[in-house]
Amino acid sequence: MTQCSAHTRGSTVFSRKFRFCGSLLYAYITAFVHGIATIMEQEVFKLKQQLVEREREISVLKDTLAQLQTSNISIELQEEVTALAPLKEKVMLSNEDVMRYSRQLVLPEFGVKGQLKLSQASVLVVGCGGLGCPLAQYLAAAGIGRLGLLDYDEVELSNLHRQVLHGEQTRGQPKALSAAQAIRRLNPAVECIPYHLRLSHENALQLIQQYPPYCSDNVPTRYLVNDACVLAGKPLVSASALRMEGQLTVYNYEGGPCYRCLYPVPPPPETVTNCSDGGVLGVVPGIMGCFQALEVLKIASGQASSCSQQLLTFDAQDVRFRSIRLRPRQAGCAVCGEKPTVTALKDYETFCGTSATDKCRRLCLLSKEQRISVQEYKEILGGGTPHLLLDVRPLVEVDICHLPFSLSIPLASLEDRKTEDVQLLKERIVETKQQLKSESCVPVYAICKTGNDSQKAVQILQQMAGSELEPISAKDVKGGLMAWAQKIDPSFPQY
Amino acid sequence: MAAPITLHLEFGGGAELLFEGVKDHQVTLPSQSQPWDMKQLLVWIRANMLKERPELFVQGDTVRPGILVLINDADWELMGELTYELQDRDTVVFISTLHGG
Ligand SMILES: [Zn+2]
Repeated sequence: MTQCSAHTRGSTVFSRKFRFCGSLLYAYITAFVHGIATIMEQEVFKLKQQLVEREREISVLKDTLAQLQTSNISIELQEEVTALAPLKEKVMLSNEDVMRYSRQLVLPEFGVKGQLKLSQASVLVVGCGGLGCPLAQYLAAAGIGRLGLLDYDEVELSNLHRQVLHGEQTRGQPKALSAAQAIRRLNPAVECIPYHLRLSHENALQLIQQYPPYCSDNVPTRYLVNDACVLAGKPLVSASALRMEGQLTVYNYEGGPCYRCLYPVPPPPETVTNCSDGGVLGVVPGIMGCFQALEVLKIASGQASSCSQQLLTFDAQDVRFRSIRLRPRQAGCAVCGEKPTVTALKDYETFCGTSATDKCRRLCLLSKEQRISVQEYKEILGGGTPHLLLDVRPLVEVDICHLPFSLSIPLASLEDRKTEDVQLLKERIVETKQQLKSESCVPVYAICKTGNDSQKAVQILQQMAGSELEPISAKDVKGGLMAWAQKIDPSFPQY
Repeated sequence: MAAPITLHLEFGGGAELLFEGVKDHQVTLPSQSQPWDMKQLLVWIRANMLKERPELFVQGDTVRPGILVLINDADWELMGELTYELQDRDTVVFISTLHGG
């Protein structure tokens, strides 16, 4: 517009000077002047066009350089808790921030104020798994200031169906590092601190104190995280997911109850199922992790969370949500009550009677003499002694893989003494007895995935032997089929 | 004499596995001289619904640690726990806490 009006004014001056000439000449000159003006106009336009182009090229080069420089700064994996520098204060948003966060900036509940608050917030994500991945992803995308990413495991193939920050390329790497790299690609403005360490009563408080003011968890070390949050005065946005269900609560927030107020006594270890035993559909922790991210974002940006003293349950099978009103903070609570008995962190594995790692929860129900190793079983198999191998896993797992010569009777059917299964077992024991050609007891070896259910099965078989069944010698195979796959037959599938 | 009452019982978070995997149950408690309370309901469930391994559901006269009980969508602690007097058509939910992700 400015170019056009300048040109029009110029031609008016010219035509005024030549007004005394005849109208024809005037017309020629006007046309000539107009011609020059048009050429000049085109030249100016072209140059400006080129400038714009060059500027764009320069900015693309600058961006590429900046990207290369940030991705070249190696992410430092933390093996222990160290003191962190405070976050740089941010008083206004850059143009790039405005562009990146525009869709949430226009939300009246969030706005510039919320965005600036969020950029000052630090969150510790305990566990970079099925919940931690979407949680970290959405917090980073929304522009959280600092993310502590804690996990002691490495990325495994069986994680990838739900732990969506990891990929084929990061298999075998520490999960914390793999997640930090993915976050860096998503939003380099977020300060990511990957911790490759196990949370313990020695480091938890120091760690949680450094993350004012929000923390999230997903692991069976809930009592530890809960107590550390109460002692450090931080809210705990907690979620869990298993099979086709999810649960979410914000603990220790605005005077609401803590985890211990609800569950003063830990559940018996044998009643706790984890993802590798119970299974989980990846999208279920995905949904729950997103809910965690939502609550953290609300709290961090200055809106209140409505999940204090509330339990949200999600049934993915029936697609049903339920919001449950919980008890208030309990005066008699051991950690947040009026006379707390827990004033420092202690050994939580003893308290809960179970190991803190998700994977190796090993029961010890049988004596040494009642168990054999996979190597010993291989020798029995090689020696050709007639015996019965009883696979006690659920049928859905037998469908995944099994040893072809095993008899499948799920532990649950044994527990229920299901008539047809007991009958089948009886027949197979009699058959084996005939092959034995001696009066000794039929050896029965129970096997399962990792060697917990097989021990329970042996206990049941021993109860049945001599009454419901012929006398047998029942033992279990230590470590189960997964030990078989690892130590004896590498071609056997692991799940 | 209190009239028989019908209850909607729900089990979740894995607790349904103790009830043959069925989450929703409509049950009718027979009439008895006093009104039914939660303590009596637990005894009734143990006797009439639990087939195997009752210790995974009840311990002593209450539920085992790690199971949350809700009466009409509220924590039973707010309702008097074992002493809550059941009303006809109440919904009672037993949720096992999940540990996983
Ligand atoms: Zn408490």
